[in-house]
Amino acid sequence: MGRFLAATRGFGRWDWTDWAAHAYLVLGVLVMLGPVLWLGLSSLKSESGLLVFPPTLLPYEQASVAVEGRGNLKLFHVTAGEYAGHDLAEVRRLGLQSQLVDPAAPATLIRLPLDSRVPVTRLRAAWENYSGLFEQFDFLRYLWNSVFITAVATILTLLLNSMAAFALSKYRFAGREPVFLLMLATLMIPPTIVLVPNYLIAATLGLTNSPWGVIWPAVATPTGVFLLRQYMLTLPDELIEAARMDNASEWRIYWRIVLPLSAPALAVLAIFSVMWRWNEFLWPMVVLSRSESFTLPLALNAFQGELTTQWNFLLAMTMVTLIPVTVIFLALQRHITQGIASAGVK
Amino acid sequence: MGSLSLRDVAKSFGDVKIIHEVSFDIPDGGFTVFVGPSGCGKSTLLRMICGLETVSGGVIEIDGTRVNDVPAARRGLAMVFQSYALYPHMTVFENMAFGLENIATPADEIARRVGEAARMLKLEPYLQRKPTALSGGQRQRVAIGRAIVREPRIFLFDEPLSNLDAELRVGMRAELIDLHRRLRTTMIYVTHDQVEAMTMADTIVVLRAGRVEQVGAPLDLYNHPANVFVAGFIGSPRMNLLSGKVHRLDDAGVSVELPGHGVFTTTARRTRLQVGEPVTLGVRPEHIRLDGDHNMLAGGVAGVEQLGGLSYIRLAESEVTVQLPGQTKLGFADTARVHLPADMIHLFDADGLAVPRVGVTA
Repeated sequence: MGRFLAATRGFGRWDWTDWAAHAYLVLGVLVMLGPVLWLGLSSLKSESGLLVFPPTLLPYEQASVAVEGRGNLKLFHVTAGEYAGHDLAEVRRLGLQSQLVDPAAPATLIRLPLDSRVPVTRLRAAWENYSGLFEQFDFLRYLWNSVFITAVATILTLLLNSMAAFALSKYRFAGREPVFLLMLATLMIPPTIVLVPNYLIAATLGLTNSPWGVIWPAVATPTGVFLLRQYMLTLPDELIEAARMDNASEWRIYWRIVLPLSAPALAVLAIFSVMWRWNEFLWPMVVLSRSESFTLPLALNAFQGELTTQWNFLLAMTMVTLIPVTVIFLALQRHITQGIASAGVK
Repeated sequence: MGSLSLRDVAKSFGDVKIIHEVSFDIPDGGFTVFVGPSGCGKSTLLRMICGLETVSGGVIEIDGTRVNDVPAARRGLAMVFQSYALYPHMTVFENMAFGLENIATPADEIARRVGEAARMLKLEPYLQRKPTALSGGQRQRVAIGRAIVREPRIFLFDEPLSNLDAELRVGMRAELIDLHRRLRTTMIYVTHDQVEAMTMADTIVVLRAGRVEQVGAPLDLYNHPANVFVAGFIGSPRMNLLSGKVHRLDDAGVSVELPGHGVFTTTARRTRLQVGEPVTLGVRPEHIRLDGDHNMLAGGVAGVEQLGGLSYIRLAESEVTVQLPGQTKLGFADTARVHLPADMIHLFDADGLAVPRVGVTA
């Protein structure tokens, strides 16, 4: 890994092209990873910490201290006057004056001008943003809706698309090419154009406000059929003929021979499908109007209220939303490279 | 049981006719080889027999039952493909068991049959490996094993040895012959290699351009080729074929004049031929000798191949190849006079058909 990162053009020392390449790559990392990192750190800030100006990178929070008889008070550092250098707890603000007490001697009230004190901050991750998701909102329901739709739609997509691809790649029948081209041609129609007709169909079938209203229209993807068909074309026909000689039914050929051998292409399509369904926004928003059937993107959208937006929860929820796709990608990533590599060799 | 009979079997792809009304019988328990140059339709014929290609015309019968419309799996045949077509994601055991699982064979029966086949093919140490972890010869054996466990009526082999290197091929050839001797099952084997055909077959079917040229035992084909094509195709190095004209018709045989080389006597029967008719004279390199006083053909030596135990010389002009025993002192540009023994000469008429010989009923 270290050697890979420090690799040069091969002259043993750093050429200007190496500098340029590394600078470009570092820039790429910052552009790609920066916002995610920023989001992650911000999701750990408290509500007030988010509104601090100038913004801080790390989640800081004003320290507070329990003072006998006065409850939890915010801690300030005094910069001028008699008490300069002391950390005092603020009891209340009165105009331009602040009433403070020394936590060690809470009986004496100290009056100081506002500009002679700065808040004492300390690093603290506001995990309650995350726990609050579960306590204050129906987050689990949204998560379940999203997981259910993504999982079921992906399984159905893989199943139906691979069946179509099997037929289109391994059976010779009249009209095979026209059917395939027709399927590809639908790629050229923007989804927004079929949004209304699709909604009318979904509404007539009674699929609105049901996860199936999101799942069914999504399972047949021309991209998926195309991807799988191209891969299956590379499987030798002799394998299928051998299976046919081996008394395998067409279903068994598909299930036991074609599907396992298409695993790399299926992994690619699985990742695509998961990302599509997980991040899908427009169609679910049209079909799902009741909040209990919302998916995560819809719930995120609902967080942005007309008057107030609870940014701390919004950011935490966004973070949680990112996790499953990342995990799936990491898990299947090896198959993608394998799929591409084997498709290149054979 | 496993006899096969083809009656006027034909195959066309669109307007192109690949197989022209082919008829022959294959007896039960025999080893039959389809041989012919590439593109002659031998693989297509095999695929029609096993049911992977439809039949455009004629009848295919297995054990006396018409199977034209019977699906491949129900014909009771097993095929070994040129590329082996092993399932790459299954182990050797699973590869061999797949066909049996599909017909709901009990697990212990599967284990017994696969074990037996593995023992026969010396595959036992490899049963849990994937095909990619095997050598070419081992993959070949797995493919054969997959065919054996199904206990088919007829084995079909589609150029199974063509992906192996020369040394392994000779070894596998012997193994296949041995396997046939033990199983006594009908085997049909397709190859373009006439040496394979000669060494393995009980019966050879020579095909050219979708037609059967000749069917017979290997030595019958060698000794009595029915036409110029079979004469040239069977035997290595190939038979010398020289164009000439009928010079004289005698009861003892026909004399042929080869332009520029004089008159040669043969033992071909005079029937069917007329003086002056164009004919082709064929004689195998191994039948030509250096000593003799008639039927002599002279020519400069255009090439010499010394194999140690054998030597080949090629004569200029006539392009005749001569096989000589042992080593030869003849060199490039020497003149050689060679004798073509009359009883070893094959004569073919203007249509390329063999002219029967005196005293031979064939």
